[in-house]
Amino acid sequence: MTAGRVALRVAAGLGLGFILLPLVLVSWLSFFRDEVVVFPPSGYTLRWFRAILDQRNFVDGFVTSLEVGVFAMLAGLALGVPASLTLARYRFAGRESLGLLLLTPLVVPGVVAGTAIYVFQVETEILTRLPLVASLPGLVLAHVVITIPWTVRLVTASLVGFDRAVEEAAQNLGAGPWTTFRRVTLPLIRPGVVAAALFGFVISFGNLEMTLFLIGPGRTTLPIAILQYLEWRIDPVIAAVSLLQILVIGAAMVVTDRYVKLARVL
Amino acid sequence: MARIELESVSKRYGDVHAVHDFSLAIDEGELVVLLGPSGCGKTTTLRMIAGFVPVTSGRIRLGGREVTNLPAHRRNTGLVFQGYALFPHLTAAENVAFGLEMRKLPDGVVREKVARALELVRLADLGDRLPRQLSGGQQQRVALARALVIEPDALLLDEPLSNLDAKLREEVRVEIRQLQRALGLTTLMVTHDQDEALAMADRLVVMSAGAIQQIGTQRELYEHPRNRFVAGFVGRTNFLRGQLIEPGVFRSDGGLTLRYDGRSAPSSAGAPGASPSGVRRALALRPERLALGVPADAARANRVAGTVEFASYLGSIIEYYVRLSSGETLRVHAPNTGAAGDRAWALGETVHVSWPVEVGLVLEDEHHPEEDHR
Repeated sequence: MTAGRVALRVAAGLGLGFILLPLVLVSWLSFFRDEVVVFPPSGYTLRWFRAILDQRNFVDGFVTSLEVGVFAMLAGLALGVPASLTLARYRFAGRESLGLLLLTPLVVPGVVAGTAIYVFQVETEILTRLPLVASLPGLVLAHVVITIPWTVRLVTASLVGFDRAVEEAAQNLGAGPWTTFRRVTLPLIRPGVVAAALFGFVISFGNLEMTLFLIGPGRTTLPIAILQYLEWRIDPVIAAVSLLQILVIGAAMVVTDRYVKLARVL
Repeated sequence: MARIELESVSKRYGDVHAVHDFSLAIDEGELVVLLGPSGCGKTTTLRMIAGFVPVTSGRIRLGGREVTNLPAHRRNTGLVFQGYALFPHLTAAENVAFGLEMRKLPDGVVREKVARALELVRLADLGDRLPRQLSGGQQQRVALARALVIEPDALLLDEPLSNLDAKLREEVRVEIRQLQRALGLTTLMVTHDQDEALAMADRLVVMSAGAIQQIGTQRELYEHPRNRFVAGFVGRTNFLRGQLIEPGVFRSDGGLTLRYDGRSAPSSAGAPGASPSGVRRALALRPERLALGVPADAARANRVAGTVEFASYLGSIIEYYVRLSSGETLRVHAPNTGAAGDRAWALGETVHVSWPVEVGLVLEDEHHPEEDHR
């Protein structure tokens, strides 16, 4: 190995360590016995994980996050898959702009999007009397905005190199448009769709900044429940909750990666 | 199986005529080949029959049934795609079964028909392989079985052999032809490969620039090409440019005065009275009908001296490029019979090229842009 390669590996190792350090530290912390975080710990325990269940905020937050994540993922797929197919296959005026528009939520800061959506929901509620603010549908609608870019990206990636002749072959053999989609197109892009589903869920499940503006009394997501807890105290419970969240997201990512190499699309 | 009829079918993309006024009737059980260079509109024509490209005008009938405006999935054509387009997530047998399932046949019937179709293409043992586990030739046969099993009104073959290597190609084309004959399939095949076209067709349609140039049997196209494009595309041909002096006499640009059989010319181009003299013409001469010899050899109507400029030993023939005294070049194919009388000509040697009047064919010297691509 040349000196250059050694330097490269060392730099890469340091970078990786820098990224992983907080995760490792949080995971470690969640097993400390002491209520006040001290180094080194006087011993280890699992009781903080049980303590989570005593915190209604965490339990409710977890359930809400799960609900919002699943619905946002499904709605993201319902909109994102047809959008990707359209973008990948048809040439029409405004195609480029539409593609960009669907990806913009990636570049708009969460705080800005959150504020905008909050104002929009308040105004809509005033106009229509539909209870949107701090409702489950309200949260899902907002989260769809951030799952769509990922759905579109992942499904579009799976359409690259898709041979449309197989769809024509299906039609030639007597399959109508819907049957063609169900029996040929969908099975062939399934990896991309599965990846989009899991990743959409992860994005929604972990979102904090945007969601901050959209919750209300009695309806909080897990990341926000964690934040609220942190405002008053720091103890290993918070680390335990964080570890659980990391595990859920990590599992989803690992499964996703089996279908679509995430490194290729992120 | 049924007749395929196209009635002045046209396809326009904006101002571009992809296919112009295309009329053709293919008889039951007949195999017609659409032959032409890439971009001539032959694939567009095939796709219009299959229903993937809507026609701009004209009518298409399959077995007397008007299908012009039917969607592809209701036309009952069997299309073998250039890249086969097998469903990669389904096994060979499932690929073949697809069309039958679409027709809602009972499971037992589907199984039986699939088995028979796979047997027909000699893949009975490979039914549960996925396409990627099959060789190119095997994939091609699955595609064929899949198209045949639905008993289509028309079998459509889109460059079916272009993805096979040369040796396999010759085998498969015989196989397809035999199957097509045995089953009496009305078939339209598209290709740019003239050997393939000549080997397989009952009749050929030569296309260029979106229009039919000529329809006929191999012999008709070869012996009586209607224009310079057909003469150049079907078989090899020498063209000498020049003009007509009087019926039966052609003067090349290089100053050669050559005799041809003025009566045999099939098109108006051959009759000097039909168009004003001074119109540019080309004299077409097939290379295998020219003879090389010394001046003392038998007298023929046309005899021109030249020197051998280049020779290729091609096995069954030897190809000579002869630079004529007029500066023009002729390609001559001498049969390699192995007989004692045969002689090989050396580079630079003086030789006489001769041919009888009936060999020369006078055609209008039109210029087709496609020729530049070949």
